Amino acid sequence: MTTKIGTLNLIEDRPLIQWLWRGAMALAALALLVIYADVFDVYEISIVIFTAVTMALLGQNWAGFRHHSITVTILSLLAIQRYGADLSLADSDFLLSYILASQSAFMWMSALFVLATVTYFIGLILRSDFTQQVGTGLTWSAATMGMVGLMVRWKESYLIGVDVGHIPVSNLYEVFILFAVMTSIIYLFYERRYQVRSLGGFVLLVISAAVVFQLWYAFERNAHEIQPLVPALQSYWMKIHVPANFVGYGTFAMAAMIGVAYLLVSWRQQVKADSRLVQSMPSLAIMDELMYKAIALGFAFFTVATILGALWAAEAWGGYWSWDPKETWALIVWLNYAAWLHMRMTKGWGGRPMAWWAVIGLFVTLFAFLGVNMFLSGLHSYGTL
Amino acid sequence: MADSSTPQVQRQTLSQRLFLFLGSMDLAITLLLTLAIASIIGTVLQQNQPYTDYVIKFGPFWFELFESAGLYDVYSSLWFLAILTLLVISTSVCVIRHTPSMLRDMWNLRTHVQEKSLQALKHNERWTVASQAEQTANALQVEFAKQGFRVKQTIKPEGILVSAMRGGMNRMGYILTHSAIVVICLGGLLDSNLPLKWAEWRGTIKIETRDIAVSEIPEASKLPVGRQAFRGSINIPEGRSSSIAFVAMRDGYLVQSLPFRIEVKDFRIEHYATGQPKSFETDLVIHDTDLAEPLATTISVNHPLIYKGYAIYQASFSDGGSKLEIEAWPFAAAQATLVETKVFENTQFHWGKQQFQLEMTAFRPFNINPDPTEEDPARLRNFGPTMGFKLRSETGEALEYLNYMLPVQREGRDFFLSGVRSSPADEFGYLYIPVDSQGEITGFNQFLMRVRDKALVAEIAQQMMAETLAAINSDEQNLQQSLQSTLVKLIAMFEQGGFASVTEFIETSLPEVERASLGPAYLAMLREMLARIYFSDLSDNEMVADEQLLFLQDAVDAMGSLPRYGSPVYLMLTDYEQVEASGLQVAHAPGKPVVYLGCAFLITGVFLLFYLPQRRFWALAKTQQQGSTVILAGMSNRNSRDFEPFFEQISNRLKQLDGNSH
Repeated sequence: MTTKIGTLNLIEDRPLIQWLWRGAMALAALALLVIYADVFDVYEISIVIFTAVTMALLGQNWAGFRHHSITVTILSLLAIQRYGADLSLADSDFLLSYILASQSAFMWMSALFVLATVTYFIGLILRSDFTQQVGTGLTWSAATMGMVGLMVRWKESYLIGVDVGHIPVSNLYEVFILFAVMTSIIYLFYERRYQVRSLGGFVLLVISAAVVFQLWYAFERNAHEIQPLVPALQSYWMKIHVPANFVGYGTFAMAAMIGVAYLLVSWRQQVKADSRLVQSMPSLAIMDELMYKAIALGFAFFTVATILGALWAAEAWGGYWSWDPKETWALIVWLNYAAWLHMRMTKGWGGRPMAWWAVIGLFVTLFAFLGVNMFLSGLHSYGTL
Repeated sequence: MADSSTPQVQRQTLSQRLFLFLGSMDLAITLLLTLAIASIIGTVLQQNQPYTDYVIKFGPFWFELFESAGLYDVYSSLWFLAILTLLVISTSVCVIRHTPSMLRDMWNLRTHVQEKSLQALKHNERWTVASQAEQTANALQVEFAKQGFRVKQTIKPEGILVSAMRGGMNRMGYILTHSAIVVICLGGLLDSNLPLKWAEWRGTIKIETRDIAVSEIPEASKLPVGRQAFRGSINIPEGRSSSIAFVAMRDGYLVQSLPFRIEVKDFRIEHYATGQPKSFETDLVIHDTDLAEPLATTISVNHPLIYKGYAIYQASFSDGGSKLEIEAWPFAAAQATLVETKVFENTQFHWGKQQFQLEMTAFRPFNINPDPTEEDPARLRNFGPTMGFKLRSETGEALEYLNYMLPVQREGRDFFLSGVRSSPADEFGYLYIPVDSQGEITGFNQFLMRVRDKALVAEIAQQMMAETLAAINSDEQNLQQSLQSTLVKLIAMFEQGGFASVTEFIETSLPEVERASLGPAYLAMLREMLARIYFSDLSDNEMVADEQLLFLQDAVDAMGSLPRYGSPVYLMLTDYEQVEASGLQVAHAPGKPVVYLGCAFLITGVFLLFYLPQRRFWALAKTQQQGSTVILAGMSNRNSRDFEPFFEQISNRLKQLDGNSH
């Protein structure tokens, strides 16, 4: 099936598959609620239900997401089964030490992301649909290994000690993996919906950069070690505040990389209107729209995440707003994209200036995400470098 | 803040122009970005630190300049609040200007359209059906309603118009997001310290900057129980209670009264197996005349107590006056004096002619510090209890000390460890006093006593002189005299100023030509003397153990740093009884529900705005000779690319209403 780049893919799956998927999600949620009835509080129950509903909606027409979720489930359960109650198997068990232990899974993820980036670019240069499809496949496998790693790491933290166990979104190392996985899945969503494989290399470039940083961080600073939670982080809020934030960071990063592609294509177009790059990339109009879509999605989630952060702060820090550097930078990011959206939605700006602005936005976001932890001190210093 | 094109008005009054300016998109975007840039300042410059720290950091000139610009508390400075106010006004004007038309657009099905305008729309289609116009229109209406549209029929001269709309709430998104900004800012204003600043400006309250007892704080610095917002903090030692909180303001504080009394029963820190803190908890009792019996509860981080709208948080912990037993060992003395004191207590004591004030400032039962090894560069270890104190001389100058209770190991040898610094801005410099074979400081003190014993030093100097001269076969009287006095002088200089003085003496008093050869010789002589003094109580034939040589070396090093240590005594912590204080934050935020309402508006609004496109359809059914013609047109205010397939889908459904479509 050949489709024109940029046309909307609205193919719906057969009702049977849709209902099977929804049923599976409902059953999974129910199973979790029954198994953990004794330890879940009302917030955790809500989080499970919310996650199940979100996954049901995402997967009902999206085969890739379904396969991803099922593979993650199977591999994670396999790893948990191999572990039993003995963490030291991470080094001795073949399957764990080479594939499924969180550290090994992250290594696979890192390698696959880098490989996917290269493959996408080769596909773009050779104008080979097949190669780009391989890129998509590699990206899916990278996201799957990353997610498996996160799931297994979650279990590993409990194997260290019941009081140490926590969801792996508590420090800079863990959220870097979350960032890579989230960003890739969000990209894959748009790739499928808008049939824009040729953007893959650009978006994966930022993920590869994150992966390289995360590897350095692990090797240089031993950051991969699982640390117990400081008292301030022991809250159910962490489970929702952090992922919501990373939908924001991920989409902003994606928008910026689409911005880069936009600028490149529009420059080539001026130089040589029928250049290969221009022909194999989506039209400027589509990239412009995708940029807007990504920023709108990111803005919505970033708003939610910041408000969740404020609610959490009201429980942990004694007030919903303290002008802490991280809070303030979240506000700066928010104001920046609010201005971007106003410019685009009501002033009707588009094209190169907005693409440049989206690229600059990445640096503002990057500072809020990393720079604050590196250069500024404050209440939010859980992820110092 | 939609920028709808306003009709050209010939003459606008000043207030109209101002209204338009305030509601303009350009101003709004400018304000958003200005606010973003202004916010950066407070993240780069640490806010609300003690003013003395700023003076040290910036020097007096910049300190004052920054202070007058309000940079130490940017977010409540006048200019920052002015930007925020302007943003609120601008947003309000936008909401006021656009809400009426948005509301109209939300409900209005736009029945005033004509065939021509329908055909002018980008998405339109035309087909014919067998049924009559009325029947067609009715069928269309039913189908639109089935698809979730609001529908209305209007009789037009050219036929029957069916107007349909879905997603009108998109317009609500605009109203909600923009009023959310206003609501959040107003709620925030309720919780700000603006009323306090106003009262201060009017002179009804006065910020207290002195460190004095609560009973001495003047009334002008006290705030009565009321509905006002505040965020205060209070340290309450275990077993004590308080009904006030301190509200920090610039370089001072105000005292806020609470309508109840908080008693701290117990404060606990739990640790993980690795030593990192796992939880901070306080057992509290709230005493209030409104309560039938006192309310006992436990708070911890992330789990505050909310009582009568006041939130009580576990914010920190500190010492609550731990009882300490200290042995004060004067250097070069055989006996120690026992001192019993408490943290935050001051004790006077004399040593020789000097009088000191001992101010205990801190006590910690453990100190988890980095202790890297080859295998594990990130190793942490518990170094045991420490006490922090200041020694203030009669002139008022004070040095700050940090003494470890237990000896610390370095290169396999034990040392008493004490840090000293003259200002909080400095790092501690450490004195390592070697522990003697009995595990005491006495060995070092005895050695020091001998070094200070003039008669002994003179005797050893003479011995050494005699041996030296014998070795070079000289009996010159002058040389004898000068060598002996030099040896005595070297020891005296070392004892008073460490190696630094000796080096300085070499550099200032020796002629340059001899410095290179004599300098090292002097230092060697000094070391020889010190060794002779150290071993002076040994009988001639006794063997010297390696440990003793190492001890000598460590003791000489310690002695060399002693002049910089600044204290004539070494304070050794021998026993303690810890009393902790729980650091509570008490907050009253009446604006919180308002802010949360605004947040709910914002989230709802953003999703409505982005993900609920407003979609309008018009179907005009025109009677023909046979059956009727349908002209369908549609538009969406967002995501036009998504609308294309949607339009197709709807039009296909509508076409199938009558099997005869062609």
